[in-house]
Amino acid sequence: MKTLPGVDVVIIGGGWAGLLMAKELGTRTSVSIIVLERGPSRRASDYVADMDELDFYIRSRMMQDLSRETVTLRHDATRRALPLRQHGTFLPGTGVGGSGEHWNAQVPRFLPDCFELFSKTIAKYGAKALPADHAVRDWGITYDELEPYYTRVDKLLGSSGQAGNLRGKLIEGGNIFEGWRSEEYPTPPTKVPYFAALFRDAAKSLGYHPYPAPSANISRPYTNPDGISRGGCTYCGFCNRFGCMVGAKAQPTNLLLPILQKHKNISLRTGTWVRRILFDSGSNLARGVSYIDSAGQEIFQPASLVFLASWTFNNTRLLLLSGIGEPYDPVTGQGIVGSNLTHQVTVPSATAFFDQPLNRFMGSGSAGFMFSDFDRDDLDRSSLNFLRGGYIAARGFGFQPIANFGVVPNAITATWGSEWKKFAVSYYDRTGAIIFTGEHLAYKSNYMDLDPLYKDKLGDPLLRLTLDWRDNERRMVDFGTGKSVEVARAMGAKEINAFGGLRSYDTTRYQSTHVQGGTIMGASPERSVVSPYLQHWRLPNLFILGASTFPQNASANPTPTLLGLVYRTADAIVDRYLKHPGLLA
Amino acid sequence: MRRRHFLSLSAATVGGVLIYTLDGKASLLSFQQKPVRIPLRFFTETEALIVAAATSRIFPSDESGPGAREAGVVIFIDRQLAGPYGKDRFRYTEPPFEDGPRELGYQGSLTPRQIYRAGLKGLGAFHLLDHAAQDAALRKIESTNFFVLLRQNTIEGVFCDPMHGGNVDMIGWQIVGFPGPRMSNYDEIETYYGKAFRPKPVDLRQVTGAAIRPGEEEP
Repeated sequence: MKTLPGVDVVIIGGGWAGLLMAKELGTRTSVSIIVLERGPSRRASDYVADMDELDFYIRSRMMQDLSRETVTLRHDATRRALPLRQHGTFLPGTGVGGSGEHWNAQVPRFLPDCFELFSKTIAKYGAKALPADHAVRDWGITYDELEPYYTRVDKLLGSSGQAGNLRGKLIEGGNIFEGWRSEEYPTPPTKVPYFAALFRDAAKSLGYHPYPAPSANISRPYTNPDGISRGGCTYCGFCNRFGCMVGAKAQPTNLLLPILQKHKNISLRTGTWVRRILFDSGSNLARGVSYIDSAGQEIFQPASLVFLASWTFNNTRLLLLSGIGEPYDPVTGQGIVGSNLTHQVTVPSATAFFDQPLNRFMGSGSAGFMFSDFDRDDLDRSSLNFLRGGYIAARGFGFQPIANFGVVPNAITATWGSEWKKFAVSYYDRTGAIIFTGEHLAYKSNYMDLDPLYKDKLGDPLLRLTLDWRDNERRMVDFGTGKSVEVARAMGAKEINAFGGLRSYDTTRYQSTHVQGGTIMGASPERSVVSPYLQHWRLPNLFILGASTFPQNASANPTPTLLGLVYRTADAIVDRYLKHPGLLA
Repeated sequence: MRRRHFLSLSAATVGGVLIYTLDGKASLLSFQQKPVRIPLRFFTETEALIVAAATSRIFPSDESGPGAREAGVVIFIDRQLAGPYGKDRFRYTEPPFEDGPRELGYQGSLTPRQIYRAGLKGLGAFHLLDHAAQDAALRKIESTNFFVLLRQNTIEGVFCDPMHGGNVDMIGWQIVGFPGPRMSNYDEIETYYGKAFRPKPVDLRQVTGAAIRPGEEEP
């Protein structure tokens, strides 16, 4: 193994979290920073030629190369896990920018009570309200503490939307159920695709409170506090699994990379496959990382500070492979690393068929409307048979024909041939899906560990997921489906396919790229891997960034929350840690 | 090296001049009269004839518009199988291969190339059968991996960007009213509520003016 000269900071993973940390530390201090990214280099200008559904959407060009590494999955611990041999339920990205390049840029915040889910639920409903095998935790941080960082994130991204709660004042037209915002969104809401307009009007007529979906595909030109200017969205419809060809979508390559490239103390090494974080068990300090470079050579990169920012799965896997912390054992309840695996409940709750055309090729990954009347904790629970809830949304992603041709009302049973084709052609532009997105609680028996059998290309064990839905999610989905069908009817749909219900966790259906847990944060070193400053409790010069630190899923999409936490950690490191290294919490 | 195979496409097979109406219905005005000989990358000529026949039963040319045959789907599939997709370049293919529940996805060891080769062998002289017999033969294999792949690849070939060899003359896009990679809908997105907006389709090379290397040409 070749040892390189030491640096101050090494960051594993060149996505949103890693590059934001690199920007904050690299521009506010003079520390030397190496970012290690295992995928290819990317630039914002790459995306002019990417508007090809086949190579990008269908063949997953921006996603991790599963021939090198995947995860295995089983529904419960009595079964043998099998590898996910092709992409499906989630789509982790690779290359500079990570999943932040191909995302839809939906940027809702979490509800305030999500951060104190355990204590608030117990206080309100009693200890028996939580399922017997739950692993729900408080985060060790409150919404009020995080709010200033959420606001910084919105300014970084230029988020488009309309506030529903401005410093406690409720504003009709925004999400009146959201946590307070200290400031209005930096840019106004996006334009509204027709299907979403139908949804908005129908939801309003039913007494709900629809609001423009928060979007980091921005509605008009905007210059952020770092001086980065972007144009507004053109609604070309190529966001979902694509990079943005006009740069209207917030991406690490357009917001962070240009700044990093101007600073000589920051360098980015692509094609570098990190295998271990090395640490000294005497001093309890991380020493650096070992990786395989693009030429296949094994390298040791010493560093004074190590940031692990390589998405939920690899964050968890690298701790397990490196022997850092005790692996979680669901039988004894000992150990923490790998616990609290959650996904996000996302289903096409009501697919609606109309007489009139929808022009659904137009849109953006986050242009649309949603309502959160069932995503709040002051619901009347007496008639509900589940905990928590979710939001109901209609978005005009910009739909392309390979992925969307062939959706027909359930009454039509043909799946090929003239009759199928006739209906599939006629319904092609007359079909829209309402989506229900709900919270996934943490359970003791949903967790991650190392697979005993399957290996990656380098011979290291794959990460194994033990994951299935429980009745709480199934009932929540049934409820959300019923409400969505009512909205679809009020939209004037002629036919409606209601979602058939959650059964076993299905890896073949894309749900979302929002997977949480494995290296959770919390207020106590006994029950969490990192502190609320994302600092490893035992190795204080190791920080873990990303949704792997979330104790459980909140219905909302994770990116603004994880970026807010990165800002908060960066402040603490610049203001305190670099002066006096040690535990921040 | 294998013997070079060609697919001869006759008058009514590929290419033509299209008109399309506001509601997206496309019809062929006139056909090219000259037969074309297209070199095959993966299929033998017989295999290509079977694929052309089968995909045009899946997505037929009929009163709801042109089908897989006019879109050049067989050429699209031939190129896909010859490229990285056909050899499972990006799939996790480490053993052991074990059957699992449907929710864990395809667990087999066979690549798309191998699935096609075996599946086509099973169809025998399919291309020589009449339509009713062809439909009956396809119904028999409906639940196989081969058919699932054939159906999916047919849809891909009808609706892909023409640079991949299918969707000839953007015929698939015209059937459903998809305009291709249009750079901006800023002025239209809120002005066509409830009315069809059907701009003339453009493909990616026309939009960017650049030579783009499709995925099937990658190693």
